[in-house]
Amino acid sequence: MSKQAKHWEKTRNLLWITLAIWFVFSIGIFFFGAQMEASSFRPLGYPLSYYMTCQGSLGIFVILIFWFASRQEKIDEEFGYSEKEDD
Amino acid sequence: MIKGKFIDNLPKVYGIYTGGFLVFIILMAIAESMGMSKEAIGVFFVAFTVFIYALIGYLSRTLQLDAYYVAGRQVPTVFNGMATAADWMSGASFVAMAGGIYFKGYGYMALLVGWTGGYVLVASLLAPYLRKFGCYTVPDFIGTRYGGNVARVCAVVVLTVASFTYVTAQINATGTIASVALDIDFKYAVYIGLAGILICSMLGGMRAVTWTQVAQYIVLIIAYLLPVFWIGSKIGGNWFPHLMLADEVARISELEAQFGIIKNSPENMAMLKEATKVEPGEAKWVLSGITKAHSEVNTTPWKFISLAICMMAGTASLPHVMMRYFTTPSVKTARRSVGWSLFFIFLLYSSAPMLATLSKLSLMDPTLTTGIIGKSIAEVEALEWYKNWNQAKLMLVQDFNSNGTLELNEFFMGGKAVVLATPEIAGLPYVISGLVAAGGMAAAMSTADGLVLAIANALSHDLYYKIIDPKAETAKRLIVARALLVVIGFAAATIAAMGIKQILGSVIWAFDFAMSGLFFPLVLGVWWKRANAQGAIAGMVLGLLSGTAYLIWVMTCAEGAKCGFWDITNLTFGIVGATVSLIAMVVVSLMTKAPDAATQRMVDEVRIPSGRTILGKQH
Repeated sequence: MSKQAKHWEKTRNLLWITLAIWFVFSIGIFFFGAQMEASSFRPLGYPLSYYMTCQGSLGIFVILIFWFASRQEKIDEEFGYSEKEDD
Repeated sequence: MIKGKFIDNLPKVYGIYTGGFLVFIILMAIAESMGMSKEAIGVFFVAFTVFIYALIGYLSRTLQLDAYYVAGRQVPTVFNGMATAADWMSGASFVAMAGGIYFKGYGYMALLVGWTGGYVLVASLLAPYLRKFGCYTVPDFIGTRYGGNVARVCAVVVLTVASFTYVTAQINATGTIASVALDIDFKYAVYIGLAGILICSMLGGMRAVTWTQVAQYIVLIIAYLLPVFWIGSKIGGNWFPHLMLADEVARISELEAQFGIIKNSPENMAMLKEATKVEPGEAKWVLSGITKAHSEVNTTPWKFISLAICMMAGTASLPHVMMRYFTTPSVKTARRSVGWSLFFIFLLYSSAPMLATLSKLSLMDPTLTTGIIGKSIAEVEALEWYKNWNQAKLMLVQDFNSNGTLELNEFFMGGKAVVLATPEIAGLPYVISGLVAAGGMAAAMSTADGLVLAIANALSHDLYYKIIDPKAETAKRLIVARALLVVIGFAAATIAAMGIKQILGSVIWAFDFAMSGLFFPLVLGVWWKRANAQGAIAGMVLGLLSGTAYLIWVMTCAEGAKCGFWDITNLTFGIVGATVSLIAMVVVSLMTKAPDAATQRMVDEVRIPSGRTILGKQH
């Protein structure tokens, strides 16, 4: 496999992981709204369903993007595809 | 302004600007305590901030193509994040979102999840690759990747439909705020708002819009957070509302049980209708009552999820957001910049539910001095703030059961009042209300700037330069770009002046339109090499047409008839459009010839960050 194909394979794998996490917190958990509401796990005292919609999922997305960006930068570096500083 | 120096000094420049703005707020507060009138404070806040934006717009004027179209591709990560956040958070986010949460609770918060989750798609699927491409506009990518003018024109059409729907709502919002703050007729206020928007964008294009948007973000975030923290600490010492309001949320549930959430009977609603009748041509009342519990799960999972999906895919396809990532210096910074954008958006979005909670508790809790539910109607009608907002047609009490006491189902309020009136209700000085007006103006203007520019750039670059007159010189291209900007601004303002739709209805449609026509052609352009021009054209045309057809179907539905399927409403028609678009694109691509070797190589190039952009610096 060529260098570029390997790079793309790693990039694609990272995409799938990122999208899987994204799916769980943007769509997956909201299939269980009623169960989350009844849950005894209450972050900061809020009902779980309420918490996820007003802070939880939102905050996870912020962290997810920064995590994704740094992982992708590592992949690019590994294959020598990073941009030069003065690019 | 010296260019290189300005970029190096950004933190200092905006630090001084923020400090200056805080000093201005303090001066206004002092002026208020010395007896300055409310009206004057409102005028000062709006006029002063708009003047500053116009000044920045003027100082950022340019005669260079890449500065005009992509701000010279030198906007640093964090500042681009701020600009995107301002670009993104519209008048609706600022003024209407907390109100939506206040009245509709959990079901409405699907928008919060959708409008933030979409950025994960932007970061992972699109932004870095489109940046590597080096395009000026979104149709520029479609046109070059798929080749041929037909694909380019289709992209311009989808972009224009989606953005134009959105921009009329924004200009409407600037007009509303300007008319309240400056106390002039809405019909003229719309054009004052438009003038501000055009000064910010016309002379410097993307460069001017970038630096005004950063300034607007600073104003709008201060204007949103300051009241939330202030009211929070006033009610029971919650100095950090986001972490400390669990008891208040529980208390609201308790009060809801005590007062009872009752849906008003048809007779009551008829009484309300009678009370809010207006002469033709007069401003209408905008009122809702609380019919949903504050924190309960009150909708089916599919309704919640379908709305979230539409907002997420729409976010990733709206051109005014995407083009902000064309302005970063590199692919790496484009990716990081998406993270910063979402962080700055998070600051406001996570505060909206807190504001809704604080606002509801101040009105409902009888143990607080501000509580009105359970008080006598006469007492409420004598309140100073009630009189003001009643006059603005945003608040009304009705004694349905004629017992002289205000029940929960007898109090009506416009959604906008949650943001606009809560500071006054909670007893904050008027200077805060002036600040909130300036924040709303900043939010609506910054989004309108981005949208008008997105449309005008697509028309001037993709339609005029790439198709009609490819030999046009730089000077001529920039004149055409600016002329189009003015024309589109005026068209949008004229429609806004007619005041057809509520702010939020059409905003949500814009996401569905964008998603129907552009989501899959953009994503597959990067992630599926086999996608070709015929497929993309089919995807854009059939996606937009089927989405629009479905919208018309459910909107013109006769009463009692069954319209639509799978619980897809006029707010989520993008699901139909995008599904059709995906199927059409895959099927047609596979039935026709694969893209040529040059195109395949181009896609390979796009997928790695290093090396030169596909399109030249000036093109």
